[in-house]
Amino acid sequence: MLIHDLKGEDSMLDEQVVVSPAPHVNDLLTTENAMRQVGLALAPAALFSIWAFGWRALLLIVLSMGTAVLTEYIIQKLQKKPTTIADGSAALTGLLLALTVTPQLPGWMIVIGAVVAIGLAKHIFGGLGHNPFNPALIGRAFMLASWPVAMTTWVWPANSLGWAGSKVNAIAGATVLNLDKMGTLNQLGLKVPYLNLFIGNIAGSLGETSALLLLLGGLYLLMTKVIDWRIPVSFLGTVVVLSLVFQKDPLFQILAGGVFLGAFFMATDWVTSPVTPKGRIYFGIGCGTLTMLIRIFGGYPEGVCYSILIMNAVTPLLDRMTIPKRFGEVKARA
Amino acid sequence: MIILFFNKISILRGEQMRAKTFRGGIHLHYCKEATANQPIMEMPEPKQVILPVQQHIGAPAQVCVNVGDPVKIGDLVATAQGFVSVPIHASIAGKVTEIKEYPQASGRKVTSVVIENDFSGASRLLAVKPLDQYTAPEIKELMQQIGLVGMGGAGFPTHVKYSPPKDKTLEMVILNGAECEPYLTCDHRLMVEQPDRVILGLQAMMKAAGVAVGYIGIEVNKPDAIARLTGEAASDPRIKVVPLEVKYPQGEEKMLIKSVAGRVVPAGGLPADAGVVVNNIATAVTLAGALTDGLPLISRVVTVTGAVSKPQNLKVRLGTLVSELVEFCGGFSGTPGRIVLGGPMTGPAQYRLDLPVVKNTSGVLVQERGQIKLLSSSTCVRCAHCVDVCPYKLMPCLIVNAIEAGNLAQAEAYGLMDCRECGSCTFVCPAQRPIIQTVKSAKTKIIAARKKK
Repeated sequence: MLIHDLKGEDSMLDEQVVVSPAPHVNDLLTTENAMRQVGLALAPAALFSIWAFGWRALLLIVLSMGTAVLTEYIIQKLQKKPTTIADGSAALTGLLLALTVTPQLPGWMIVIGAVVAIGLAKHIFGGLGHNPFNPALIGRAFMLASWPVAMTTWVWPANSLGWAGSKVNAIAGATVLNLDKMGTLNQLGLKVPYLNLFIGNIAGSLGETSALLLLLGGLYLLMTKVIDWRIPVSFLGTVVVLSLVFQKDPLFQILAGGVFLGAFFMATDWVTSPVTPKGRIYFGIGCGTLTMLIRIFGGYPEGVCYSILIMNAVTPLLDRMTIPKRFGEVKARA
Repeated sequence: MIILFFNKISILRGEQMRAKTFRGGIHLHYCKEATANQPIMEMPEPKQVILPVQQHIGAPAQVCVNVGDPVKIGDLVATAQGFVSVPIHASIAGKVTEIKEYPQASGRKVTSVVIENDFSGASRLLAVKPLDQYTAPEIKELMQQIGLVGMGGAGFPTHVKYSPPKDKTLEMVILNGAECEPYLTCDHRLMVEQPDRVILGLQAMMKAAGVAVGYIGIEVNKPDAIARLTGEAASDPRIKVVPLEVKYPQGEEKMLIKSVAGRVVPAGGLPADAGVVVNNIATAVTLAGALTDGLPLISRVVTVTGAVSKPQNLKVRLGTLVSELVEFCGGFSGTPGRIVLGGPMTGPAQYRLDLPVVKNTSGVLVQERGQIKLLSSSTCVRCAHCVDVCPYKLMPCLIVNAIEAGNLAQAEAYGLMDCRECGSCTFVCPAQRPIIQTVKSAKTKIIAARKKK
């Protein structure tokens, strides 16, 4: 962009004007704005987790976001590159990472997780826009592999809205997906607590508990066009369809665990999902399918994280295979 | 506000439901309120005009006057050189004072004829006869004779469009009344104020093309234009007014053909491949003027808007300087930050105001300093918004990445050469990447390389 000084005798303008290529108007959604919007969309779920799980939740969120931003700053300083922490993407990664862990997690673990997410998953590949895998999910996968017990020690919310206090207290320390996997829900003769699942009155990681608030956040992102409908719809749709196929309760399958967080906030990550419309649909179907396969046949009770990471790896292939037909393209061109 | 209001009315009337459209594209702030209801104002003749010999796509015209020659309005000052070329006419009466290289909106210098006005108003007009006494070849000849070009932006000689290769048959003429560029209202006003001329021009075009189907596509944010033209077209059952969704780039040739006629122009092809000729509203009105008044293309309507004291639609003689238009509109209001000739989506920004109005100058948009956000571009975050809005279903982000990696062949595979440079991708890009600029320069390189071979 050029600012032209107009003081020559050729011109009658005595002001500087901008001489830039068209278009001369822009959409308001910049990368920074988009990051802010996603943060805003996650805020209700994050605040709910602080209310439900207390100061430990707040501590984990602050540690994770702070470490992520600081890591990015240090790496870019070391590389003598311009720092981009102001674009908000590192802070967002930190927030997303915090929302995927149990409130019981020791603080130092999430610090290491955030360093891995930003350093290993993002900046090794060249920073924002170049990372093949979702940084927050790489951070979580790293922590799950390193400290499997600490990462899966669950607690029920300290503040809760009624379901706690029943015989469920006896099984504190497991998520509903654990219970389902072990068949405990049936053994205890418990009904599936749909309402509690929906509002988030259950054990689980910080951000995945309240399906309602995640759904609101997701809808907000859809409405503001930060994310496209294709990935969440095909992801959730596949989970429902496969639940029916494997005779699982579809409502339970989408409300429990990290499906909402994954479908609206993780799988839709711009950088690591396909750019073609069809590619995004296949991506969502892949995520949903892998999630259900892991839940039903895998060793883990939950598979959202790994399913998205695996599909991240397939993204370049999906892009290449699903280039749309051009307007007016007569036959497939070579 | 007005546009919102009109949209509401049209939704109530079910217009929005019937409005035809294409897939992709973007919704913009149209900012047309300032001039949409302002009648066209005829600007007094300027003291002098500067007439470049190339105001069209094709071969430059050849100067046919000498310094010192007296000229009347309508006299030739430059003659067409070959088929894809049109002549240039004197837009005022007076004396040729200079023939010199003079800069144009594109930045290039072009041979230009300077005429000083003697304010005699003397004119040399064409003989006039009713349309039904014309044959198709005569109308095509008239088109070239009056220097008619596409006045919506590209400036392509009109008569060439009506002479398709022998293996292609024309089936319909579509008039482009979409005016999808924000701020511009010159076509809107022509449709409202001179519907009879719009229809007469279209009838002449249909006769030239030898077709019995004529459409006028108009975005539904111009209900008054739709109403006036529908009324005017009632007497000719061959002509239909088609309401279109308000969406950019509704007026882009290929999208307009898709919206109005449901036809798809093959990639890399011309409208004639789909049996269609598309012309602009102002082009039709100018042709009608030649038929009724014997006037060649010597003036046009220009929307002067944005940060000027009195935004309005001005009818000006070709060759009038942009600075005179701004002055006539009361000068700048506030500090000018960017001056655009045409609409903000495709018009080139200028660094000087002493440029002549030419045949395809549709607007002068002054953006205030405060409105302009100078955002630096950052890395592509693969959001795919460009992919979603591209009306031609190209892969803008991948094209630009390929170009930046020096892989032009890959960029071509992603559809580089099918890009029509509407700018939708660049508008939505959250990383402010200069997609269109990159595409334009890469296309130039490829075309130059092809010519070498």
